[in-house]
Order: sequence, then structure tokens, then C-alpha cells
Amino acid sequence: MRAIKSGKMLAAVFAAVFLIGGAGSVWAQAKTKVNVYTALEADQIKAYKDAFEKSYPDVEMAITRDSTGIVTAKLLAEKNNPQADVVWGVAATSLLVLDGEGMLEPYAPKGLDAVKPFFRDPRNPPYWVGMDVWAATLCFNTIEAAKKNIPKPESWEDLTKPVYKGQIVMPNPASSGTGFLDVSSWLQMMGDQKGWAFMDALHQNIGVYTHSGSKPCNLAASGEYVIGISFEYRASANKVKGAPIDLIFPKEGLGYDMEATAIIKGAKNMDGAKKLADWSVTKEANELYAKNFAVVALPGVGKPLEFVPADLEKRLVKNDFAWAAANREKILAEWNKRYNAKSEPKS
Amino acid sequence: MTGLSSKPSYLRVAGIAKSFGDVAALKDVSLSVNEGEFVCFLGPSGCGKTTLLRVIAGLEPQDAGRIERGGRDISSLPAAQRDFGIVFQSYALFPNLTVAGNVAYGLSRRGLGRAGIAARVDELLDMVGLPGIGGRYPAQLSGGQQQRVALVRALAPAPGLLLLDEPLSALDARVRVRLRQQIKALQRRLGVTTIMVTHDQEEALTLADRIAVMNHGAIEQAGTPLEIYRRPASRFVADFVGVMNVLDATADGGTARVGARTLRLSDGTAQSGPVHLCIRPEDIVVRGVGAATVNAVSARIETLEFTGPFFRATLRLDGGDATLVADLSANDVSDLTLAAGQPITVVLPPDRLRLYPRET
Amino acid sequence: MSAVAAAPARRSLDREAWIARAAIAALALALIVTVALPLYALLSRGLESKAGAFVGFANYAAYFATPGVGRAVVNSLVIALASTVVTVSVAFVFAYGLTRSRMPYKGVLKAVALAPLLAPSLLPGIALVYLFGKQGLLKSLMFGQEIYGPIGILLGEAFYCFPAAILILTTALSLSDQRLHDAAVSLGASRWRIFRTVTLPGARYGLISACFVVFTLAITDFGVPKVIGGWYDVLAIDVYKRVVGQQDFQKGAVVSALLLLPAVLAFTADSFVRRRQVALLSARSVAFMPRPERMRDGLLFVFCAVVALAILIVLLTAAGASFVKFWPYNLELWLGHYDFDNKDGGGWRAYYNSIEMALWTAACGTAIVFLGAYLSEKSNRFAAGRMAIRLLAVVPMAVPGLVLGLAYIFFFNDPANPLSVLYRTMAILVISTIVHFYTVAHLTAVTALKQMDPEFEAAGASLGVPWYTTFRRVTVPVAMPAILDISIYLFVSAMTTVSAVVFLYAPDTALASIAVLNMDDAGDIAPAAAMAMMIVYTSAAVRLLHWLGTRGLARRSQAWRGR
Repeated sequence: MRAIKSGKMLAAVFAAVFLIGGAGSVWAQAKTKVNVYTALEADQIKAYKDAFEKSYPDVEMAITRDSTGIVTAKLLAEKNNPQADVVWGVAATSLLVLDGEGMLEPYAPKGLDAVKPFFRDPRNPPYWVGMDVWAATLCFNTIEAAKKNIPKPESWEDLTKPVYKGQIVMPNPASSGTGFLDVSSWLQMMGDQKGWAFMDALHQNIGVYTHSGSKPCNLAASGEYVIGISFEYRASANKVKGAPIDLIFPKEGLGYDMEATAIIKGAKNMDGAKKLADWSVTKEANELYAKNFAVVALPGVGKPLEFVPADLEKRLVKNDFAWAAANREKILAEWNKRYNAKSEPKS
Repeated sequence: MTGLSSKPSYLRVAGIAKSFGDVAALKDVSLSVNEGEFVCFLGPSGCGKTTLLRVIAGLEPQDAGRIERGGRDISSLPAAQRDFGIVFQSYALFPNLTVAGNVAYGLSRRGLGRAGIAARVDELLDMVGLPGIGGRYPAQLSGGQQQRVALVRALAPAPGLLLLDEPLSALDARVRVRLRQQIKALQRRLGVTTIMVTHDQEEALTLADRIAVMNHGAIEQAGTPLEIYRRPASRFVADFVGVMNVLDATADGGTARVGARTLRLSDGTAQSGPVHLCIRPEDIVVRGVGAATVNAVSARIETLEFTGPFFRATLRLDGGDATLVADLSANDVSDLTLAAGQPITVVLPPDRLRLYPRET
Repeated sequence: MSAVAAAPARRSLDREAWIARAAIAALALALIVTVALPLYALLSRGLESKAGAFVGFANYAAYFATPGVGRAVVNSLVIALASTVVTVSVAFVFAYGLTRSRMPYKGVLKAVALAPLLAPSLLPGIALVYLFGKQGLLKSLMFGQEIYGPIGILLGEAFYCFPAAILILTTALSLSDQRLHDAAVSLGASRWRIFRTVTLPGARYGLISACFVVFTLAITDFGVPKVIGGWYDVLAIDVYKRVVGQQDFQKGAVVSALLLLPAVLAFTADSFVRRRQVALLSARSVAFMPRPERMRDGLLFVFCAVVALAILIVLLTAAGASFVKFWPYNLELWLGHYDFDNKDGGGWRAYYNSIEMALWTAACGTAIVFLGAYLSEKSNRFAAGRMAIRLLAVVPMAVPGLVLGLAYIFFFNDPANPLSVLYRTMAILVISTIVHFYTVAHLTAVTALKQMDPEFEAAGASLGVPWYTTFRRVTVPVAMPAILDISIYLFVSAMTTVSAVVFLYAPDTALASIAVLNMDDAGDIAPAAAMAMMIVYTSAAVRLLHWLGTRGLARRSQAWRGR
């Protein structure tokens, strides 16, 4: 009798041990839904998701949200067994990386014709379609600047002036997509030689390179540094929260990247993925994007935002995504050689 | 094995070998234990006695050899099936169980029922003189009490063989002597075959029916305490059990030469060559000695220590080549008015001299 | 009587050996599947090209040709060594005060010393910026130095590693024999000489262990350097840059392998040292009871109080930050930062997910870890299986969480792997978290088991009782304090862990600790602090419950401990 009782106890222990295995199937829900990987901001997602699910009541969005780098790394790591059906609101540069691995499914969403030409992959059908643009923007802390008697910069060139020594923060292009778009746009805008010369000079003024694209603006907003090289959405978000910052759009032109949508090859819910791709180019969707971004995919939808100049679209430099993707490794190696291997500049 | 062989052999081990890495802990050990017998494994630490006990108990697998109980091969049976009770050196009382819980631990699978178990526990505790402590925890007991609880826990399932691993070594001297008697009485009463491991020769001599003296993983000698004491089979046994004088000598048939002296050996001794000549201190005779007495040796008393029951004298043999220790009764000392520094003639009786081969 | 009585027990006794073997095999297999195979899946990438072809050590060659790599290696070693020296020395004095003095408020001081365990590793980063950043409250204490850089990393790592060092050192120092001290005193040894000849040698192994553990934690952590590292490049950040910034898994695997090296070395050395450790406490030892001594107690109290205050300041800063509307320009008090649902990271749902995950981790993890430690230490069957458990149990400590997370993607998201059903479930979060924190839990269990009389199992077996009954009736009750410690450790670690699970969570399994990371990234620093403090409050509450519970339990079931 005792033996049997003890056996039961042991069985209970093992049940506990293997429960994890069994529980897996319980936790893995069986509902039909479309798996979306995104780097959009949480407060934007809510509105987009509600609107989408209203238009397509049969589809539920299951959203995996993280920073661009993590989402891209996740997607690549899952390459052999993709979990995402659709990538939505992820940098076009990242989508080009996925495309380079042959992970994207070409699809022409309904209503594609209306999209501005530079907002789509030129191939037909396109492998990705843009949603909105985020552009390089300086966050300039007016209170700290006044304390230190630092003038407001107007241009990229201004940032190389000695008065800004140690006051500027920018994202490290090796860890942040925003950082890379800055570097690649400078190179495209100024040309190879002048571009690197500019960065050499800028490097002398950099207080710190951060590992995220939002961080420089956050650091400027909290007065840790005076100037953060960031992007306009983060800048206005910080300003709305009450940060004493001005948004500066350097006059030479602004580098940018695009939030874009693409369908993953072999999507388990292809139908749902296509529905989301369709919805993301609708006027309704673009009107929602326009609440956060000045430049969106459909012409005539974008409207001026507070703090952002009305002619933002015109200020964008030409950004050749294909060139940037093709030269990424080379550019990062060069950047790394010049600025990472060097010891901290003396301030 | 010799002696007490009228009873059937209860446990037989044959050819047991066991190594830990490169160290051979047991080398071809064979022994049999008769039913109801009390056997001690005696030896210095590291001699393999505890390993042998653990092999017999099934707690340590042997590398080679066979263990039989009542003629049945139990060599590969797990400990739980060998029907042996063990008392460990640390007692290994379960600290979270009460004394009653500990004693009842091995009873729960025997279908005695709750009341039956309780009765058995009380009976056992009574037997070792610890009535009414069933509700206490081990930490609340003295060392001697813990030892007795461990003993009755091992005895509770009425095992066929009781194994005791240095059960008294953690106790102070007085308690040890008292418990020694109690263990012996209990063993007699229950008639349970018992093996005890000890490094204490006094314990072994007083408790055991038979002693197996071990050294370097082998049994040097097995026999009754008297045999072991009187006729040690080897120089090691002679040295380890009791006190022994050892003289370097050269034997030649019936005589042995020690320095310039020639000593007679007991009749029938035919050994030749270098030997250790051994004699117990109490076998050295000082009374009724004349110069003509066989094996008379002249010496000088170097020290004389009073130990209570007797005097222990250190004697330097004339010629200064060797010393002997002799135990002299108080009467001898006062009758002969012995004192340190005096010359003395002592006799080494031939029948008390033992020879062991000496390597030169 | 004996022959008759033994008969009914026989059938189950034959079975018990097989149950032990099966349990050992199952646990060894589980560890192979959750530790060895995923690591292989990751590390083998380091030997492959992007296209998956075998390229030998080409990635290593390419990596070492990168400018600046040497500096990152040196920086990593320097900062890990510095963190080790600072943390272990401070922790040693603190632990000495807790165990060897009669200073007041020991309970409170110890609770505060262990409090950093309750906080996600981002919390010290955030708090240090509030305290010592350019707008910091205590900026003047920096004397013009920058917090962004080695000083910040050092402070952050010290905060983060302090509890681990305290746990090991208090255990080591409390295992001391009063008789040795009495002997030394009676021989007229000076206090310094007693310290040198009795105290230090006694705590030697604890000190070495503490050094290894802190070194490993500090060299593999990327949370602190990411937030506050500034210019100071370290290898852990390099993994982050390679994997997250550039999605270069091959080089990521290369750096991971490099990071494994010092940790593996440390652990080999550690286990070598442990093997030589003899039991410090024999059955007859007398527990050390410090005598009151004004001067010593006073000085130690002041020291410990200052350290505890520093820890409290960090925690209180984060707590305070979560209520300030916009630091440093709008100091209005505001509860809005706790409105997590409109922020990155999954909102309150993530918080409840974290609690669920932590509960599963604590329950399953404790059962597995303790059973594994028991079988590997106390069973004598299936030696190869036990060896596998022992080896694999100490590997996870050396694996940075980020590396573990990636390894899990590669292994568990392989369509050919039947276990891929676990991917994107709560189960995989629980498994990865148990594995991530396995080593410390395992070592705690082993320590507790080693303190038990080694003959309990033999005694049980000689009485004809199967091992699992003795395990249940004796081993588990006697080890209950350690078992509860392990469960609490797993719970609070699961609440705070980020690095491994960041790659593994799915939409419906977002976690609070990841929310902290994401909110901080998005500039929602105050909400990040708020969520971090929610984690601290929860873990503290659970600890408190545990304490109250064990006190109640102790009164009943541990009555035997006292006299």
C-alpha cells in the first residue's frame, strides 16, 4: 500500500515536471488571427488596430511589438520557420534585409495605384509598400542651451562648430537603424569624401553614441545633453510631454526612412496578411498615419503637424534604399574604424 | 574459520575486492559469520573495515566477490532487500521526525497497523531504557540517547543482521563503557547476528565473540579475542592489539639471538633467520628469578610509572641495545622494593615469546 | 519475522532502482534539450557563412580583424575585474557585519542588501542617471566626472551583483566553528591575526566563489552598459550591436563564444576549488556566537548602514521618478506614468503575464532543480546521467541571456524540431527562465543537500524504505528552507529577467520587464521606472509573504531545529 502511495507522490512530481510540456498546447491558442510583427509605437498601434479590425471583423491582429532591431533580428532568426504573417510598420531598410534573404512575398495591395511612387518597391508586384516617413530631426534643449549660452544650430554643418563640443548625442549606426539612416543620408547628400569629413568633425563634438534612435532626443529632453540627433516623431512626442525642446530640421536636407508593410513568404494566414496589406494603403489608414507623421503614402492626405514644418516632404534628401542596403556593411566597417576604434575624444 | 563452528554460517563473504580510483580499499576479503555471533572488524583508520561493512550492507557495490546470506547469493541485491539493520557513526537520525517517527520509520511497510507500530516503538524504547521519549526530536537528546535511538531504529524491523559502524566513537569515555555493556546485553537477548566496525581494541576485545583484524584492505587474522591477544598471527596484529615489546632477533631453530644474548624459544619452534621477537609487558616475569633461570635477562629500570592497577616499567637491557616495557603489579614493586635506576633481572618465558619474520 | 515481513515490500523495491534511473535519465535529457542543444544550434552559426556553409574559423578571423575589438575585450575584462573587486570587498565587510558582529538591525540591513535582486537591471541605470547625470540630484558628487562610462557601469554592476555576493559570503562566513575562535583567543592571538588565520581561511572558498559569480555576471550583463555605458565598449554590448543592430548572427555567435570563455574558465576553476573544500562544520562544531564589542559593532554598523542607504537611495530615486511628471523641468507629482496601457510594452497585461510566468517558473523550476540536485548528489545509480546533470547545471550561469534567447529561437523554431510547438508560448518563457537561472538555484540546492547527513539515504534504504519515500519524508522537509529560498529566487528573477525572453515572447505573453526596456527606449523613462517599481513592489510583497509563511511553517514543521 505504502509503495503505491509513494508512487503516486512521485507521479505528481513528474506531472509537475512535464506539465510545462503539456501546458504548451494549452497556452498556444488556436484562434484564427494574423500574426503581425511591428516596430510602431504602442500608442499609435491601438488606433490602427481598432480601425483595421472594424474594417475586417473576421481578422484579429496578434501584434508582436519591439524596437526595429529586435523585430528584424527576430524575423531573421525565425527565417526557417517564420512566425509572422506580415511585417507592418517596420523600417524599409530592414525590409530590404529580409528581402535580401528571400523572405518576402510580393503582393500588390488593392489601391496600390494611388500610392506615391517613392513609397513603394519599384518591382511589380512590389515586395514592400511604404506607409509614412520619419525624418532626421534635431532635438534642441532650449533651457540647457540658454544656461550654457549655446546658439541654436540651423544646419548639419553648424553641428561641427567647436561651441557644440560634447553637447551632441547621436545613435550608433551599428546598433540603431536611425543612426544608420543619418550616416547613409549624409554620405548620399554630401558625397563620400565630404560626408566622412563631416562626420570626422561631428565626432569631435559628440558627447555619446547611443544604442537606440529615440535615446538622443530623450537625453536632450531631460537636459542630459543639449542636442540629440533623432527623428521628428520622437521629438514631437517629447515636446508634447512638456520637454523644453525645439525641433530643428537642418537646412541641407533630412535623411529619412520609411515605415512599410510586407508579407512574409509562406505566411500561415496569407489571407489575413493580404487584408492588412490592403488596409494599410487605404485612405482611412493613411489618415490615421497622418495624425503622427507629416508625410504619408497617399497624396493629399498628409496635413501639417504641430512643431513640424508643412513642407517637410520637400526637405527630404533623396534616399536610395537599395544603395544603402548594398553598402551597409562597408559603411559600418568604415564608421567603426573611424569612430569606434578611437578612444573617447577629449573634451 | 576457527571456533564456534557448531552453528551454521549465517553470512559468508568470499573474494571481495573494491577500489576507489587507484586505491585498493579491499583485497580479496573472505569471512564467514555464524548465526547469533558478534563479530568486530578491528583496524586502524583507512584499513577498509568500514568499506567492508558498507559492501556487506549493499551501500557500496563491490568490484568482485560474492556475499551469501543463509546460502543465498545476495551479492547484487540493493541495501533495502538485504534485511540488515545499520547504525551509522553519525547515527543519521532524521532530524525532522520525532524519536517515535524515527523508530517507526522502517515499520510502516510491514502491515502492523498504527497501534501495532506504536506498541513496537514503545517496547523497543523500553528495552534500551528510554521510555517516554517518543515525542522528542533528536536534537533534544543527549549523544548517548541518540545512539540508543539509532540502535532501536535499526532493530525495529527485526533484521537478520545488525551492522554497527563505529557506533560509540562519538561518545565520551564513561558513556561509551556503559553503552558497550548495554549493546552486548541487547545482542545476547535478541540473539541477532551482529557485525561492528571499530578502531578501539578494548571495545573489540570486550564485545566480540570473534574479531577480524584488518590492515591495508585485508583481514590479517580472525579469531576469538583471546586468540587474537595471545597468539597474534602477524607482527601487525601483535602491535595493534594490546601493547607488545618488539626486539630485533635472529632465530636459529629452537633459539633466538638478541644482541649478545641467546634466548630459548618454546618447544617445536623451527623458524630460522631474522625475526621480530615479541612479548607482552605483563608476560615479563620478575619474581623467583635466579641467574640460572631460563631466559633470564639483566637490565636496569629506567622509569617506573604508577598507572593505578599496575606499574609500568621501562627496562634498558644490559649492553644498552634494547628496551622493554614491563607491567609489574604493585605487590611486585613493593615486595622487591623496585625503583627507577635499579638493576633488575627479568625472565622472558619461552612460551610467551612470539616470532614474526623480519625483513632485513 | 524478518523474512515474512520483507515479502510485501519486495515488488516496489525492484522498481525503485528503475524509477531512480528513469528520473535521472529524464532530467539529464531535459537539460540536454534545453541547454546543450540550443547552445550548439547557436554556436555552430559562428562556424558558418551567412548562407549556412561551413567556413571554419573564418568568422573569428574576420571578427578579430575588426578595429576596436581588442579594446572591447580589454574593457570587458577591466570592468568585470573592477566590479568584482569593488562588489566582493564591500559585500565581504557587509557579510562580516551580518554574521560576525552584534550590530543592531541586522534583519533590516540584510533585507536591504538583497533588495537589488528584486529590481530589473535597467532600474539602477535609470536611477543613476537621475542621481548623477548632468541634471542629477547628486551630480556634485561626481567631481566633474561623467556617469556615462566606466564609472556608471561599475556602480550599476555593483548594485546588480551585490546580492549574489552577499548570499554566498554570508553563507560562507556563518559556517564557522566557535571552538577555532576560542582556541585562537586562548592562544593570545590578536584580532587581526585571528581574522587572518581563522576567519579568512574559513571563508576562502566562499570568497573565491563570490569572485567567480560576480565576474561572470558582470562580464555577461548588457543591461547596465547599454543604458549608461556611454563610450565604453564592452563585449556584451558588442553582442547586442551585432545581433540587434546589424542582425549579423554569425558574428554574434562569435562574440557569444568569446563571452562564454572567461565564464567557463571561471567555473572550471570554481568546481576545482569546490572539490577540495572539506566540510567546514563537523557534527561536533559549535556554532559561532559573536560577543558584543562596542567599537567593532559600531564601525561595522556605520559601514553597513551607509551601503544600505546607497541601495535605498537608488530604489527610492526610481520610485520617486515614477511620480514626477517630467524630470527635471516639471516636478509636479503625477500618477499618469502608471497608465501602462497607452504605452509601449503591453500595458498591465504584461504585468499580469509576468506574475503568471514567475509563478510557473518558481513552481516547476524548484521541483526540477531540487530533484535534479538530489539525484545528482545522493543517488548512486546511472553515473553517466548524474554527471551530465552536474555538468549541464553549471553551464547556464556562463551564458549571457541574449545568447540564450537567440539560441532558443534557432533551436525551438526549427520546423524539424518536434518541440517547436512550444515556440511562442508561455511554456518557452518559463523553460528559458528556469534554464537562465538554473545554476544558482542548483548550487543552492546542492549546498543544502551537502549539509545533510550523507547517511540519511543509506539509513532509509537499510530500513527497507524506497528512496523516494525518504526523499519525501526526510530530505524535502529538512531542506525546506533552502527549497523556499530557491522558489523565491526563481520568482524574483523571472519577474526581472529581460535578456533571454526579449526574443521569445509573443503578443499574448508580453512581460513587464520587457515593457520597462521598451518604455525606456521610447523615452517614457518615468513609466519605465514606474513599471520597474511595480516589479520591485510585487517581488517585495511575495518575499514578505514568504517570510511570514515560513515563520508560521517554521513554528510547526521546523520545531526540531532548536533545542
